[in-house]
Amino acid sequence: MACQELVELVTEYLEGRLSPVDRERFDAHIAGCDACTAYLEQMRMTLDALGRIPEESIPVEAREELLIAFREWRA
Amino acid sequence: MDRDDGELVEALRRGDEAAFTRLVDEYTPALMRLALAHVPSRAVAEEVVGDTWLGVIKGIGGFEGRSSLRTWIFQILLNNARTRGEREKRVLPFAYFRRRAEEGSAEPAVDPDRFQGRRGEQPGAWASPPAIWSEPEYQLDSAETRDVLLKAIAALPPRQRDVITLRDIQGWPAADVCNALDLSETNQRVLLHRARSKVRAALEKHFEASGLES
Repeated sequence: MACQELVELVTEYLEGRLSPVDRERFDAHIAGCDACTAYLEQMRMTLDALGRIPEESIPVEAREELLIAFREWRA
Repeated sequence: MDRDDGELVEALRRGDEAAFTRLVDEYTPALMRLALAHVPSRAVAEEVVGDTWLGVIKGIGGFEGRSSLRTWIFQILLNNARTRGEREKRVLPFAYFRRRAEEGSAEPAVDPDRFQGRRGEQPGAWASPPAIWSEPEYQLDSAETRDVLLKAIAALPPRQRDVITLRDIQGWPAADVCNALDLSETNQRVLLHRARSKVRAALEKHFEASGLES
């Protein structure tokens, strides 16, 4: 497996979607390649950083208005 | 109609406030994130989310369950957000090209110039390998980094943007994202792969520009 091929399989690897054979080839490549190890680590760090972006919400008043709209619609 | 959806839809039609509140609280964070990825300001995003819930209230009586309730709600949001986003950014003429870029097959995860060519010693091996991102030099948690990430996502084609937002920011499982966005599992994974690859590349570029990489 060439490095250029490996970077295209990273998502399937992380999603647990590679066939057992491809997974083995992937792991074997990573074990012997510092550059691809760094690439995979960069990807993991990117995903961690995305996961730590704080939750969004709407203002309390806007939520309150929605509940009022729901109540009025029923009436 | 799905059985859980059926019960919830019945509750909403009856005017069950607790059911409506639970639904709003469950989906609003994800709806806001998606809206923010499509429109230029928080104020507009809040409006789009508000309009989505009003659309749900108005439409629930006629909801036939041909898609899941979640898919239906997210389609309302995405229709609103895209219309507003395109109007405000005036990118309409480019929509065609963006769609083509999204569906084209030639979208390598990493710039081909980073690898050795066919006449290299080891074709397909890294020519300029990625750096090791070690803290504290590489700030993954700073406000600046977060800004780079969100801007990179905002620059993605719409469907890649939606998938990465729900999967990686909201942390939804793949099946839920397929359901909300009405995508096949394979399609979802391809969109996610392209989106993640580009966001990683944007972060790498940002670190390079800050003088961290050779």
